[in-house]
Amino acid sequence: MSVPQLRLGTRRALWAYTFLFVPLLFYIAIRLGPAFSSLYISLHEWNLISPSKPFVGLQNFRLLARDPRFVQAAVNTVRYVLVGIPVQMALGLAVALLLQRINRFRGLFRALYFMPFVTPIVAAAWVWQWMYSESFGPLNEILATVGLPLQPFLRNPGQALYAVAAMIIWQYLGFQIVIFLAGLEAIPRVYYEAAEVDGASGWRLFRHITVPLLNPTLVFSVVYGTIVFLQLFTQVLNMTFGDQGGPLAGTLTVVLYVYQLGFQRFMMGEAAAATAVLFVAILGITLLQIRVLSKPVEY
Amino acid sequence: MRYVFAAATVAALVLTLAGIGAGLQQVTITYWQYFFASKVKLVDDLVKQFEAQNSGIQVVHENFPYDAYNQKVASAVSAGQGPDVINLFYGWVPLYVDSGYLQALPAEAFSPMEIERDFVPMVKNSRFDGKYWALPTAVRSLALFYNADLLRAADIGRPPITWDEFLTAAQRTTVRDAAGRLTTEGFGVSPAGQDHQLIREVLFRQWGVAPYSADGRRVTYATAQGAEAFKWYTDLISQHKVGVIDFFPGGNGYRDAFMAGRAGMIVDGSFAVGSIRAGTKAGWGVTELPRRTLGGEPSNFGSYWVHGLTVHAQGARRDAAIKFLKFLTSEQVQRLWLQQVGELPASRKLVNDPQLAADAIYGPFIRGLAYARATFFVDESAQRQVLVDAVNEVVVNNKSPRQALDEAAAKEQKILDEFWKKHPAK
Amino acid sequence: MISGRRVKLRRRDPKAGLAYLTLAAGTVLVAFPFYWMVASALKPFNEMFDLRLIPTHPTLLNFAEVLTRTRFPRWFGNSLIVATITTVSVAFFDSLVGYVLAKLQFPGRGFIFVMILATLMIPTEMLVIPWYIMSSAYGWINSYWGIMFPGLMSAFGVFLIRQFMSGVPDELLDAGRIDGVTEFGLYWRIALPQIRPALAALCIFTFLGNWNAFLWPLIVIQGADMRTLPVGIALFSGEAGSSWNLIMASSALAVLPVLAVFVVLQRQIIEGVTLTGLRS
Repeated sequence: MSVPQLRLGTRRALWAYTFLFVPLLFYIAIRLGPAFSSLYISLHEWNLISPSKPFVGLQNFRLLARDPRFVQAAVNTVRYVLVGIPVQMALGLAVALLLQRINRFRGLFRALYFMPFVTPIVAAAWVWQWMYSESFGPLNEILATVGLPLQPFLRNPGQALYAVAAMIIWQYLGFQIVIFLAGLEAIPRVYYEAAEVDGASGWRLFRHITVPLLNPTLVFSVVYGTIVFLQLFTQVLNMTFGDQGGPLAGTLTVVLYVYQLGFQRFMMGEAAAATAVLFVAILGITLLQIRVLSKPVEY
Repeated sequence: MRYVFAAATVAALVLTLAGIGAGLQQVTITYWQYFFASKVKLVDDLVKQFEAQNSGIQVVHENFPYDAYNQKVASAVSAGQGPDVINLFYGWVPLYVDSGYLQALPAEAFSPMEIERDFVPMVKNSRFDGKYWALPTAVRSLALFYNADLLRAADIGRPPITWDEFLTAAQRTTVRDAAGRLTTEGFGVSPAGQDHQLIREVLFRQWGVAPYSADGRRVTYATAQGAEAFKWYTDLISQHKVGVIDFFPGGNGYRDAFMAGRAGMIVDGSFAVGSIRAGTKAGWGVTELPRRTLGGEPSNFGSYWVHGLTVHAQGARRDAAIKFLKFLTSEQVQRLWLQQVGELPASRKLVNDPQLAADAIYGPFIRGLAYARATFFVDESAQRQVLVDAVNEVVVNNKSPRQALDEAAAKEQKILDEFWKKHPAK
Repeated sequence: MISGRRVKLRRRDPKAGLAYLTLAAGTVLVAFPFYWMVASALKPFNEMFDLRLIPTHPTLLNFAEVLTRTRFPRWFGNSLIVATITTVSVAFFDSLVGYVLAKLQFPGRGFIFVMILATLMIPTEMLVIPWYIMSSAYGWINSYWGIMFPGLMSAFGVFLIRQFMSGVPDELLDAGRIDGVTEFGLYWRIALPQIRPALAALCIFTFLGNWNAFLWPLIVIQGADMRTLPVGIALFSGEAGSSWNLIMASSALAVLPVLAVFVVLQRQIIEGVTLTGLRS
């Protein structure tokens, strides 16, 4: 390795650090610092409003392990991810591909499919609850017309989670579509043209050009979607407002439980411990996903 | 230490007086409450009035969304911030006292004897260690709201007095469609709304069970009679099917259903009168909560929001805050509160005003106050959740009411134990 | 060559009709709650629960009440300030960091990426108390700065941009270097235009995220003048019930700027293509 190259590399590294300086300060002060403080809190009996906050070691973690509501929330959260991510990505990619295919009304269709993501959650949750209503909802109306048994949807702990998940998938569809459209549009046209000249079409184009070249977008979508689904909160809260996370904790998520512990019952120590558990889980899953899914893009 | 404190207070006082004398010193205090349009407007007016009467004191009135009020307050407290005078739900007060956030009301300005003479009995709930920690302007109780048009159409002559009559009325006003779906509820059930209070302080007691021990440390409702009372409630949903949970969406769906004319009756608090008056299409009325038998024991759940003095109010600000608190809980303000917000006054004298008791709408609530009890909550949201879950265990999971109630009692006992473990002294 | 594929597809895509049909059928599902929100906003309160799809007595009174009897215009303005500034800040810093992490070689690159990504994994609910303590120490409470400082950069954007930057050919940058472009110029003039679709998407999401932010603004805002839209709209539901008519009307109004941002920027998502196609 020659000396000028080395110096070039060092110079570029210096530039990199210069560019990163302010952002890193921000992330450390505004995000990581508070995150570490929450780790510290998790080792204390930390009543939000009480001045005395004794150190209790791992007691909060032990309490959580024995807390059936926390266990239920953790299991529910995994269910949301397993159901939500595949369905949401498949639908998002399918619609994005369809939107790419059409020539007229593209702007209109794109705007319509983005609607779910901009509809304020309070309003959307209200409408979805009507749709699931046993007495007034169109879903049960259809079942009744066909002569099938009525379904309780949100009123049944076994069904409620999937009913809420459907609403969340609906909401994030707009998000996935925009990401996939951006990803599809970033694929240089020449590759399709070259392949078409070679006689490829349809499924083979998709399989051998779209999927590999879309890999960075797919990785982003899976990883970010998982992070979002592991932190579900607002949608669940609004869909089950009277009995948050109910019925019988059937829709409860870890973050909703963190919120209840910390802000409604002031048990910040346990809330922080639950957050720490969640953090470790998300970090592990994310790193695994990135490692397994990421393929270097080769043109 | 105490001397230093006293000296500092005196010094601050002297300075304040000197300042006022010189026309220079302005004391600014802050008051927090949750947002409710008519309350916010009234308090804005009251502040102006108070400032005019007390030159040198300025009151900053800030308010926050109701659903997020407790969070907002707790976050501020944890950062050592917050107002001088604060509005809190009575059920939260133990936690805030315990945290050292509230100061006891000074006996010179608020003598416990006078408070107990002047205020309705349930206000005693705000007394710990022989001291009062906060006082209300208004109080509330529960009553039965009924849709007069629906009852008349069902050929029911008068609103129910006993729970048996109530059930009949509910059954006759319940409407189903061909597929068996409820289209009108006889009773707008809502365990997470007011019904958990109904079970706790009304049904249990009328079935002869005290829900908690006198010192508030033990759960005592898990008895055969308690289970019978509880079963009576869950039967409304699972046996008689006169109502379903979440009939209408949202946290106040039962009330929305009533206003839309799709619930024959609901149990609700006096604070709901304003909304129901504004939003209900049909003819409606209010009656006292039913009893188990004609002439049987009446029972009611009472509650209130209190104004407390926080630790931030020190020195001249403390004096100003005490004045403001005195003003907020005065009979004069209570009267305005009733007229403009529609909430029942906390003063015995005003509440016993015969004219008020004769009011068709407020009368039943006023009469209810006489026998209302306020549950001593140590962890209000968790205790509510326990009963809401118990109801769901029966109506969704088909558990026996007895078993569901036993499990609920065990869970609630654990919550109480956790609190009392940390407060052996109280 | 630029729009070659699209033109060709138009000429010989027999399945386009099917695509239209599928998309049109789907719109009913995706847009229905939005439609219901608008329809409900046009109903007087006592018709809110009749569940008719078309209001029997449509009225603009809900909008009038929201606009004149509440401080909606003020909330709207506050949200606009906060969402605009955070979006500009995120677009710049996140794209710079995403570029550096994807395209420059330096020791600690992987570690810094994982560290920034890790900040995505802590729910806001856990951060608001430390932020509040910080704000109270520096006097940021009840100020615009206080509302927006946590949103000035986001790991989401860094991740998104890094993924898209990784698709930008190194040869482009090397060619720039040979032409004597500065390191900042490589990012700003060469790399950034390549990922316009992603940048546009990032702007849309950042604007929307800050426009809808509730928990932190709720906690840091003290006075009525500083309320943002979501905090203001939360006033419509309270102890004595929710004014669904006003919630729906204010929600419908709140959507307008977000839709405007979307309509303007989504064109960028599409037009970004042609450049990418040409350059390589």
